[in-house]
Order: sequence, then C-alpha cells, then structure tokens
Amino acid sequence: MSFFLAALRRDLLLTFRRRNDIINPLAFFLMVGVLFPLGVSPEASLLAQLAPGVVWVAALLASLLSVDGIFRSDFDDGSLEHMLVSPRSLLLLVLAKVTTHWLISGFCLALVSPVLALMLFLPNEGFAPLVFSLLLGTPTLSLIGAIGAALTVGLRKGGILISLLVLPLYIPVLIFGASSVQAGSIGLPIQGYLALLAAMLVLSIVLAPFAIVAALKISVRS
Amino acid sequence: MKIKFPKWFYQLASPRWFYDITSKLLPWFAIAALLLMVIGSVWGLAFAPADYQQGNSFRIIYIHVPTAILAQSCYMLMAIAGGIGLIWKIKVAHVIAKSCAPIGASMAVLALVTGAIWGKPTWGAWWVWDARLTSMLVLFFLYIGVIALTSAFEHIASGDKAAAVLALVGIVNIPIIKYSVEWWNTLHQGATFKVTEKPAMPSEMWIPLLIMIIGFYCFFAVLLMSRARTEVLRRESKTDWVKLLVERY
Repeated sequence: MSFFLAALRRDLLLTFRRRNDIINPLAFFLMVGVLFPLGVSPEASLLAQLAPGVVWVAALLASLLSVDGIFRSDFDDGSLEHMLVSPRSLLLLVLAKVTTHWLISGFCLALVSPVLALMLFLPNEGFAPLVFSLLLGTPTLSLIGAIGAALTVGLRKGGILISLLVLPLYIPVLIFGASSVQAGSIGLPIQGYLALLAAMLVLSIVLAPFAIVAALKISVRS
Repeated sequence: MKIKFPKWFYQLASPRWFYDITSKLLPWFAIAALLLMVIGSVWGLAFAPADYQQGNSFRIIYIHVPTAILAQSCYMLMAIAGGIGLIWKIKVAHVIAKSCAPIGASMAVLALVTGAIWGKPTWGAWWVWDARLTSMLVLFFLYIGVIALTSAFEHIASGDKAAAVLALVGIVNIPIIKYSVEWWNTLHQGATFKVTEKPAMPSEMWIPLLIMIIGFYCFFAVLLMSRARTEVLRRESKTDWVKLLVERY
C-alpha cells in the first residue's frame, strides 16, 4: 500500500509540475460541448434531449485524448524499463498511474460537468446522475485506455491508433453512463445503471492491470 | 492430471508440419465447401418455400446468417489462438490469429451489408440502431483495431503479442456489448427479427440454412489455411525447408 501511495505521489507531483496537462482535457471537454449548440441548434428543448449524450461523449473524448500520456514520458526517458525490472508489484504501479490519470481527467471532468450540463439545459434532476455516473464510469475509461496506451507506447505513430483500439471498448460505459443521465433527468430510478457502471469498474480494476502489464512488457521489449 | 494428445496435435505447433498437414487437408475442405455451398444456395434460393410475410426477400438469410455466425466464431478463434500463442509461445498460433483478422473483418462487413439489403424491404430502412446491428458493427471495429495494431509494429513477434492482448481484452467486451445494447434500445426491436429464430421455421427452410452454415465453415477453413500457409512461408523464408520447397518448384 505504501508503495502504491509513493508511486501515486510521484506521478501526481510530475503532473502538477506541468499544469497544462490538467487544464487541457478540461478545456477540450468544454469546447467539444460548446460545438453542439453551435452546430446542431441552440434551441433549449432539443439541447436538453441531447445533453446527457453530449456531455458523456465529450468526457469520453477528453479522457481518451489524455490517455496517450500515461506511460509516454516514462517510456521516453527510460524509467519505465527500470520499473519493469524492479522487484515491486507492477500491478500496483500500473494502478497508481491509472489513478493519476483518472484524478486529472475523469475526476476533474465530473466536477466540471455540471457547468457544461447547465449550458446545454439539462433538466435539474439530471445533474446528480451526471456527476455520479461520470465518477463511476470514467475510472473504467482510464483503465481501458491505459491498455491501449500500453500497447502503443513503443510506437512512434501511437496517436490515432490508440483511439481505434480503445473506442470500441468504451461503448458499453458510454451506453450505461448516458442512459443513467437520461433516466435521471426524466425522474426514473438510476440505481440499476449505476450498479452496472460499478460492476464494469470492478471487473476492469481486477482484469485490466494484467493486460496493461502484459502490454507494457511487449512494448518495452520490442 | 495430464492429458495426452495424439502426436499430430503436437506437431501442428511446428510451422513445417503445419504446412505439410494443411496441404493434405486443404483440397478436402475445398471440395466440401464447394459442394455444400452449391447445394445449400441452390436449395435455399430456388427450392425453399417463400416466406409468408417477406416473400422471396427472406432468401438472403442463406448468406446473411452464415456470415454473421462466422464473424463471431472467427473472433473467438482469433482470441483463443492469440492466447495460446502468448502462453505457450507457439509461432503457428500467432500465424492463425493474424490470418483470422482480415477474414473475420470481411465476414462482419458481409453480414452488415447483407443485413442492410435485407433490412430495406422488410424494415423499410438500411440501418436501424438495433442491438444485433450495433454489436456486429462494434465487432467490425474490434477487427480493424487488431489489424491496425498488428501492422503498426515493425517487429513481427511484438505485433503478434500486442494483437493477441487486444483480442483477448476484446473478448471480454463481446457479451457486454451484446446485452448492454439490448437493454439500451429495447423499444426498437420489432417482432420482425424473430423470423431468424430457427424453431419458428419449417424444416424445408432451415435445412438448407444449416447446409450453408457448414459450407461457410469449410470455406472459412480453406481461406484460413491458405492465408496461414502463405504467412508461414513468409515468416520461415530463411529456413532450409522453405528454400528447398522454393527450389523444387
């Protein structure tokens, strides 16, 4: 546990030294959201209908955009190789890196999302489901995205490839996340959706680190 | 408990033996595929009774269902072969997995296209955001990801391993996609979709379908073996037996 905290502290410290990495996903998230009223229609009733999906898609893309950086700098300066040969648990190390990514992307996005939801006229009942579903869903996105990042970290042209690999796997999270907000905004119960999001989170916390570690070993040795 | 497999099973792991064994199997599968697909398609297209609601337009089922089933079993085969290659480091398993991906992707496209052609006269739309359609589209995207990842690596062995990891991760997603999308859009599932359920059909309709499915599996085996044999030759091009083989022709 202390190893996990130490690794988390290191990654967070490194991130805070480059503050742009924290601001960029949030700015991207808001900008994508703003494109919809301008591109589709500024009409409140239409936007209220679109809002759950738009906010979720924007959050998903913002999370995807920053996922490429999880292992990039450690791979470039060679510290990733040292981590792979160290006797410490790689699973914990990888979990610490994913947690850092979630804290600067998903967690912040969930906190900012009410602002975007307000601009898109989401009904008041939808705000709590939006924040809760993003808090439960975005860690899964970070975990799945880290698999893609680990697979492509050794490649020079990782950028677009990573979205090809990861987006199909994001779809279930998007479906249940957006459905929970939709259900919540018309007053239907959302516990079922949140339970499914939590189930996906538990499943990916248990399984994804193994895939990430395997992928990192392949990438580093190639 | 130790399971003992026959000798030829272990020999399959050697690229050279794989090449020899498949050269004996390939013609038989080709003949079976040709016979079954000709019998199945003539029976299905010309002699099976027309559907009482859809008329003759239902006959595309004899292409649509086999391709859709194959697209899914091909993914399973690809992931299992990739897993075997990762765990036991068997080269031939990676060759099989790599050869599966383009075949599976084309089967998924065929299933989507025939589905769209079938959907237009029966549902009145080329595309519906229905559970089955969406899950098949996602399956196609997964194939694209695997193909892209395999070819992105310069080192063949790393590309194989990376694609195997991705295929195995994707396998977890397949049942999730299927069920989640079913809950997501239950309203849009019309009763028309039940026509594809076998028990609801008379035997004159489903027997040719079964023949077509088995025929498509044989056809798939032929495609897979030909692709895998070419890939084996390409990868083993520096070995003596391939050089001998080339000299002989």
